[in-house]
Amino acid sequence: MLVNPSAPLTSTRVLVLALLCTALTLSASSGTASEDDAEARAVDSEATPPPLPSLAAAEERGTRPLEDSPDIVHQLIVLDGASIMTATGKSFDSGHIVIDGGRIKALGEGPAPALEGAHHIDASGMFITPGIIDTHSHLGVYAAPSSKAHGDGNEATSPTTPGVWAEHSFGPQDPGIQRAVAGGVTTIQVLPGSANLIGGRGVVLQMVPHRGSRAMRFPGAPETLKMACGENPKRVYGSRSSAPSTRMGNLRATRMAFIKAQRALAKLEEHEAKAAAATDGGKKKRKRRKDRDDEAESKLGPERDLDTESLMGVLRGEILPQVHCYRADDMLSMLQLADEFGFRIRSFHHATDAYKIRDILAERQVAASTWADWWGFKLEAYDAIPESAALLSEAGGLPVIHSDSSVGIQRLNQEAAKAWYAGLHAGIDVPREEALSWITLNPAWVLGIDHDTGSLEVGKRADLVVWDGDPFSVYSSARWVFIEGVLRHDSSNTTRWSDFELGQGGER
Amino acid sequence: MTAARALGLAITATALLCAIPGGSARADEPCRVLTGARVHLPGGPSDDAVIVLVGERIAAAGNIVAGLELSIPNTGSARFQGQACVQQDYSGREITAGLIEAGSSLGLVEIGLEAATRDHNWEAGPANRAALVVADAYNARSTLIPVARLGGITSALIVPRGGLISGQGAVVDLRGGSQQEAVVNRSAALYASMRTGGSRAAGIHLLGQALDDARFLSRNGAAYEAGRTRPLSAGPLALAAIADVVRNRIPLVVAADRAADIEALLRLAATQNIRLVIAGGAEAWLLADELSTARVAVIVNPLVYGPGSFDQVEARADNAALLDAAGVHVIIATGSSHFARNLRQRAGNAVRGGLSHHAALRAITATPAEVFGLRHRGRIEAGAIANLVSWSGDPLEISSRPLEILIRGAAMPLRSRQTELLDRYRRPPGTPVPPEPLPTP
Repeated sequence: MLVNPSAPLTSTRVLVLALLCTALTLSASSGTASEDDAEARAVDSEATPPPLPSLAAAEERGTRPLEDSPDIVHQLIVLDGASIMTATGKSFDSGHIVIDGGRIKALGEGPAPALEGAHHIDASGMFITPGIIDTHSHLGVYAAPSSKAHGDGNEATSPTTPGVWAEHSFGPQDPGIQRAVAGGVTTIQVLPGSANLIGGRGVVLQMVPHRGSRAMRFPGAPETLKMACGENPKRVYGSRSSAPSTRMGNLRATRMAFIKAQRALAKLEEHEAKAAAATDGGKKKRKRRKDRDDEAESKLGPERDLDTESLMGVLRGEILPQVHCYRADDMLSMLQLADEFGFRIRSFHHATDAYKIRDILAERQVAASTWADWWGFKLEAYDAIPESAALLSEAGGLPVIHSDSSVGIQRLNQEAAKAWYAGLHAGIDVPREEALSWITLNPAWVLGIDHDTGSLEVGKRADLVVWDGDPFSVYSSARWVFIEGVLRHDSSNTTRWSDFELGQGGER
Repeated sequence: MTAARALGLAITATALLCAIPGGSARADEPCRVLTGARVHLPGGPSDDAVIVLVGERIAAAGNIVAGLELSIPNTGSARFQGQACVQQDYSGREITAGLIEAGSSLGLVEIGLEAATRDHNWEAGPANRAALVVADAYNARSTLIPVARLGGITSALIVPRGGLISGQGAVVDLRGGSQQEAVVNRSAALYASMRTGGSRAAGIHLLGQALDDARFLSRNGAAYEAGRTRPLSAGPLALAAIADVVRNRIPLVVAADRAADIEALLRLAATQNIRLVIAGGAEAWLLADELSTARVAVIVNPLVYGPGSFDQVEARADNAALLDAAGVHVIIATGSSHFARNLRQRAGNAVRGGLSHHAALRAITATPAEVFGLRHRGRIEAGAIANLVSWSGDPLEISSRPLEILIRGAAMPLRSRQTELLDRYRRPPGTPVPPEPLPTP
């Protein structure tokens, strides 16, 4: 899954790939291998058990972007004179940042040291923050302009569709992508909608324009899975007089799906253990034909099932669950369910009641991706309060301000500001740097990429925003946005990324 | 302002006859004099202005106030036209007219997805619902109202939706627990859409027909009663309501984003000689001069996405600024119920898009008041209703909050269901409701 050759696979990614690959079976290559071949291999194996087919290679074939990586020149860039907020607790009143090879090479107070060949940018009077990361976007899966044809966010044909991938719905021509970048967003998680209890795989994208979604994948980001509880699934299916139609129906269907996945995982692990033993032991014993058939079947392993694969990934801790829930009791039910099956929820989404269970969320380090002030549009959102994120932060939890909106994503800095000031006005004394982490470092953690982005630190990707004023002011805009050290937004440039926007407006 | 300067001004003001009538103090009503704040007057902000409040009204406001005697230094008492007043120092604060949300479902929707709590759309109604008076469904006791008020909103246009002609919108003050206390004007505007029944051309045709029939009925009422007229497109109650538009008593507010639609509506308004207001207007900047010439106000949303729909392909962030520059009456609204409190954030974003701060503030105060016939609201001037907000700072900035909200002179509690939830959960959460104490023997 090499998305960008300049950023080699991290060890985390390799591990994820390897584990994912164990969920694949020979069927991955059966498109080219006849049954005879399979039989032949099975027979051959009597002599020397073959190694498991290179599933990693198969996985990579299917996942490698077809697009050539553009020849991005990672320039040596120096940003000087700005007020720098790093989201790590450190800030510099008038500092500098050196970007080299797409990464932060140096940062600190005062002017930058003279660097030969560096492109120097005067950012005096401006503010620099990490790039904004949105954990909850439907850009591309409900692309603008809104249309039936591009309504690809909910596979609402079954309440559990863990095998669908948002990546396959994502249309990179959505004009909202560039507008989000203009709002300082450098990374998003695109999620399926919440019609389904298990809506499918999310995908973490860096906001760099490409022709297909695969090439936009954030290098090394783990897989994620969208789940939902509460009103939406029971409304969507209940209104069709099918299950689920109640909250208890929601829980039943989700638990049943995991029970099935648990069993499938046990079978898979048994298969893996046998295969490993066969590889290690190499005991050569004459076998009867039936035994050989069984063995051949068992070498094939359990039949591949995309739905089960996603859930097995969750059970193994490789896929990070992103769970849409509003009410405190719904979140507790889902935590209970996660306990039952032994996985960890990475983040609740929307989570408007997070403040009511902030002690539990903080203790378990389950993040809450929420809004600053959305409320009341549905009954499960009736108890939302604007101080929720600040209360969670104060309790040691991990609040995230997400958008869930192609409009809100354009101003997540303002949304974080609203949540922060609401807290301050209520006497909840959260430092400004911590509030900044609600849209930078915390969402990076939710997506499993906090080692690589989300804060301004030496060695991290140069994903950063240069604001023309205080990023928590309603009047401020992103002047420049860098993604992996490459300038992707300049507020003085009016070139449109999306093909849709060409030729609009009649006379040119 | 300095107290010395105020006194000096007060003395000269009397001589210059700058006093504005309508502010004569009545001894039985409490009088307050607010000094030291930055006051957003109709002409712009002033750091030297005083506001005199008597009862429900602003008795006087401005840099020069006739008949005002301030105490220097401030002893807490002043005199205005002979009446004893409380003098209060508002240094460090900013005071605006109460904000007006010009297109809301406040009091008409409690929970968006719960049909039983929704009254803004007569979903089973006929296309022409002009007789519907949405004020009859207004719930002054809704939990949404204190939430919106904490966003500095003191009045709202409450708006019906759906159908070709949705019904009559009302003006409410966000005060009081009954319709009688809250509703200021039951019929402030008629609301319509041109997208009913598929073709926009059909929408224009049907709107024109309804206006023609309303005019016809108003001239041929007796013949109609006697059954001697041609068939009309709607019943007499609906047509009577539309007649208020035909007679220019109220504006017709039509939702339209696309430039072509606005153009067609401008033609309809000219042909019918009616007062038109465009709601939405994402592409209105393309017709800024035409809208200005026709004196058609536009209600905009500065948080427009860009090409969020095929009607908004040419939407842009400086829409409000371009319209204002062309002399169009610009109103900023949320069009929302639960999100109405973000009105000032929207205005702030219009400033980010190039609109002047003063124009942005006007777009959520004086302009909606003027367009919807609220002559005594939306402005800090003598004779106006005392709907005022005192802010901790710049009213459009996220860091600011209202410190005092007056509606018809009365201080509103700075509380809502949300502040009560906060209070309950401010302590470390656990069992939210403590056990009752055992009864004492």
